[in-house]
Amino acid sequence: MNAQKLSRSMCLAAVVIAATAAQALEIVIPEGWDSPTNVAVAPFGGAMPPDEPDPMASVDLAGIVAFDLTRSGQFSLLPSDNMLSYPTAPDQVYFRDWRILDMDYLVIGRAWTEASGAVSVVYHLFDVNSEREVASSRITASPEELRDIAHRIADEVYEHITGIRGAFSTKLLYVLVEDAATNSPTFHLKVADADGARSRTVFQSRDPLLSPSWAPDALRIAYVSFETGRSTIVVQNLATGEREHVAAYPGINGAPEFSPDGTKLAMSLSRDGNAEIYTLDLASRELRRITRWPTAIDTEPSWTADGMSLIFTSDRPGKPQIYRIGLERLLPERLTWEGDYNARARLLPNGRHLVYVHRRERVYHIAWQDLERGTVRVLTQTSLDESPSLSPNGAMMIYATQDLGRGILAVVSIDNGFRYLLPEAAGDVREPAWSPFIDVLSGGR
Amino acid sequence: MIRQLFSALSVLVLAGAVLSGCQSAPPEPEPEPEVVTPVVKPTPRPKEPEPEPPFNERGEVVDPVTRKPLSTIFYFEYDQARLAQDDIRVLAVHAQILRDYRNYSVQIEGHCDERGTREYNLALGERRWQAVRRYLISAGVRSTQIEGTSFGEERPVDPGHDESAWSKNRRAAMIYRQ
Repeated sequence: MNAQKLSRSMCLAAVVIAATAAQALEIVIPEGWDSPTNVAVAPFGGAMPPDEPDPMASVDLAGIVAFDLTRSGQFSLLPSDNMLSYPTAPDQVYFRDWRILDMDYLVIGRAWTEASGAVSVVYHLFDVNSEREVASSRITASPEELRDIAHRIADEVYEHITGIRGAFSTKLLYVLVEDAATNSPTFHLKVADADGARSRTVFQSRDPLLSPSWAPDALRIAYVSFETGRSTIVVQNLATGEREHVAAYPGINGAPEFSPDGTKLAMSLSRDGNAEIYTLDLASRELRRITRWPTAIDTEPSWTADGMSLIFTSDRPGKPQIYRIGLERLLPERLTWEGDYNARARLLPNGRHLVYVHRRERVYHIAWQDLERGTVRVLTQTSLDESPSLSPNGAMMIYATQDLGRGILAVVSIDNGFRYLLPEAAGDVREPAWSPFIDVLSGGR
Repeated sequence: MIRQLFSALSVLVLAGAVLSGCQSAPPEPEPEPEVVTPVVKPTPRPKEPEPEPPFNERGEVVDPVTRKPLSTIFYFEYDQARLAQDDIRVLAVHAQILRDYRNYSVQIEGHCDERGTREYNLALGERRWQAVRRYLISAGVRSTQIEGTSFGEERPVDPGHDESAWSKNRRAAMIYRQ
């Protein structure tokens, strides 16, 4: 376990935001995490007529932006209490105030209600050292989309500073189990914002639910449900709630994963006697068998970005290991060689790095592997770590772990080990799946 | 000739052992106790004209001879689907009951402990109930009398997070139906 030292500024940032987002967040800062970029997000101003409702009365825009940037592990956020001034427009910015505080970047903004009832937010990003405005944008949306606007601003700020597309506007899909330790648990399939806010149940069952997975359009999901008394694969439309059982073959129906173009599902079926990998064309319903190894468990397929290969788990060498198979020639190639339990691998968007469940000294961690150099490093240090899922920009990984016997979700930075636990009020949380990039705002990017 | 027959039989037994998931791949060095299953004839029991149904007043399945309740839960080692010798002896009695009462069938559920990934465990649970099914079929039970499903690690009997809980959760459970 890394040292759980909380730097003063980080602690304050988390507390400030916790007050506005009404949620606590446990942040674990690894040793050696000391000199990230310093960013200040000044409280946003309002410019409303006195009788207009303040759009920011319910949502602290600056707080959400700061909270997003904090969670990336790449920035140290200045608590608003420590600020010397609170500019809300460019002509109110005195760079000296921010240089004294050792800030690298400053974000300011203000919001107002339009005559139509829509809400507009303008933000400005300044480079404190060069005293220049780096970016500025005006976003208009409905009042219900204020959180989305804040996440959008965080995405843009993140991209301007790091050069990497931000993934704060994304969603999480996971399974929450109520009364898990009893004879009558309830399984909730939930969708929430990437910061854990606005969670809602999209399907609920008395029978187990597992392996939720996003379609690339983020409009459909696939998962395994036991509602018929055995495993079946369901595809559900998130907008309409419409559900369809796409695989209910004899034996197990598991591990659905949408292809990058969204037309197929890879899955594991035991209809031919033992667990093998198949692809199902969702339009034609044509099923194609990919693996043939009658004594082995082949499961947990995931796609390479080009859709031409699958990564999967197989215990054909005696214990589970990770393989890759090209969909044209169907020749499997073993990728993992360290340890006697490597399973459920996911490729990073760069196609070169792999994360997977890795057992070392009888403890289950998430490991990261460079496929070109073959180097392996352990990313997570807790126990019973499972279900790694990557943010679409490849910067963060969410996974399931246990805390005092309760299932919880944790997020770790791939690069620097910065880690936080996602709050969940009650129950066991598991099986997280990070969504693809989503453009939720009506205005467009 | 006899020796040839013997070696042919041992190949069959070995093949059966591999198929029943006793050892999932050849390179595993660990020696496996040979499972003497498919060819063994269960001990012949006296056939009464109208045998009493093999259930007690609580609905538990019982040994037709001793009338003692018969275990319907079979436990497994970590990441294994090999039946224990004691369980094979119990399953031989179940097989006899199912041969004698063709109107009965069994539903077998395969389960795992929480360690390892959920989907791998779904497949491992499948391997476990299939190991029971394969034994019963080799002992003369009709395939139409056997149904089964894997619940992976999703339905633990003990929600704990230690070996005591895990050993109870790695199981195949059999339910009789008429």
